[in-house]
Amino acid sequence: MKKSKNPTSKTRYINPYLGGVLLGLVLIAANFISGRGLGASGAAKSTIVAAVETVAPQHAENTTYFKEYTDSHPKGAMKSWLVFQTMGVIVGAFLSGVVFNRLKLKVEHSPKITSRRRIIFAVMGGILFGFGSQLGRGCTSGSALSGMTVLSLGGFISMAAIFGTAFALAYFLRKNWI
Amino acid sequence: MGPLISNGIISQNTNFFIAFLIGIAFGFILEASGFSSSRKLAGVFYGYDTVVLKVFFTAALTGMLGLLFLSLFNWIDLDLVYINPTYLYSTIVGGMIMGAGFIMGGYCPGTSFCAASIGKIDGMFFIGGMFLGIFIFAEGYPLWEGFYKAKFMGIPTLSQVLGLKDGIVVLGMIIVAMGMFWVGEWAETKFPREEY
Repeated sequence: MKKSKNPTSKTRYINPYLGGVLLGLVLIAANFISGRGLGASGAAKSTIVAAVETVAPQHAENTTYFKEYTDSHPKGAMKSWLVFQTMGVIVGAFLSGVVFNRLKLKVEHSPKITSRRRIIFAVMGGILFGFGSQLGRGCTSGSALSGMTVLSLGGFISMAAIFGTAFALAYFLRKNWI
Repeated sequence: MGPLISNGIISQNTNFFIAFLIGIAFGFILEASGFSSSRKLAGVFYGYDTVVLKVFFTAALTGMLGLLFLSLFNWIDLDLVYINPTYLYSTIVGGMIMGAGFIMGGYCPGTSFCAASIGKIDGMFFIGGMFLGIFIFAEGYPLWEGFYKAKFMGIPTLSQVLGLKDGIVVLGMIIVAMGMFWVGEWAETKFPREEY
């Protein structure tokens, strides 16, 4: 435990290297059992496709991107591995929140900015991440982490592009975080 | 033997149930490591908290080594494991857009689900934005379909591109990661702050 960290703090996290090894074991299990890695944005895409299909079926039929997806998922957009996995993520994170006593409805932000500013940036970041995850065929979990695990060239490029860009822009957004 | 699904050892429905269980472990580990906090996640870009770096690369190394050993023992056929295809331009530009989203929003999709799950309202708004971003991509698809499918390189691995054995590439990654962990630990002592 470093001196800079407050041992009496209410938030307790597991050792990051232990977390990494455990996450690596989950990646191995996913590949060994299901022949694939982890993901997150794929489930969001399934949700969007299913929602558009329900609200505007005609429109879903006429939109190439939705059509390509529904054609590859004949049993329905939500019947996808990542949808079930992501439901698990939500349950798992909630359980961890219970175990470590972190369940609390709040907007987390630096004391130097308002909740309003934090929310605006969260929405903008979400829009960019959603768009980028489609263009890049997967997000930090699916493309970068899972891709790197199977030594995919695309996985390494994704990782470098995501983290490289975030580092490059960090200076301009420092007010939001430090 | 593995992957179990490709070799018909488990059914599709069992596979979905296992996906749910794997997701629980994934979500629990992310939250327990602190990935439900945008301030912890963003810390890696300022050096005050490098939990992202440590968890991400330890997980990748563990996964790489595990799959390498399983394949050496012939317990898994890596040819049957999904490897994401490489479309050079869209991977780079998509990654850059995601990077901008990361530093602005403080989350990535998986971590935003974790954050929302324990009650972080900013995480919920991030998810809303993400849905909107995906919707925009789908609606405007004809505009960027050409770019999306440009420069397809097949499904190469880094080892194939470098002409090295998988084991050598993984060894190289271990050395690189050790260097990054050292930098991360150094940065955290240089930019200390209270735990969130």
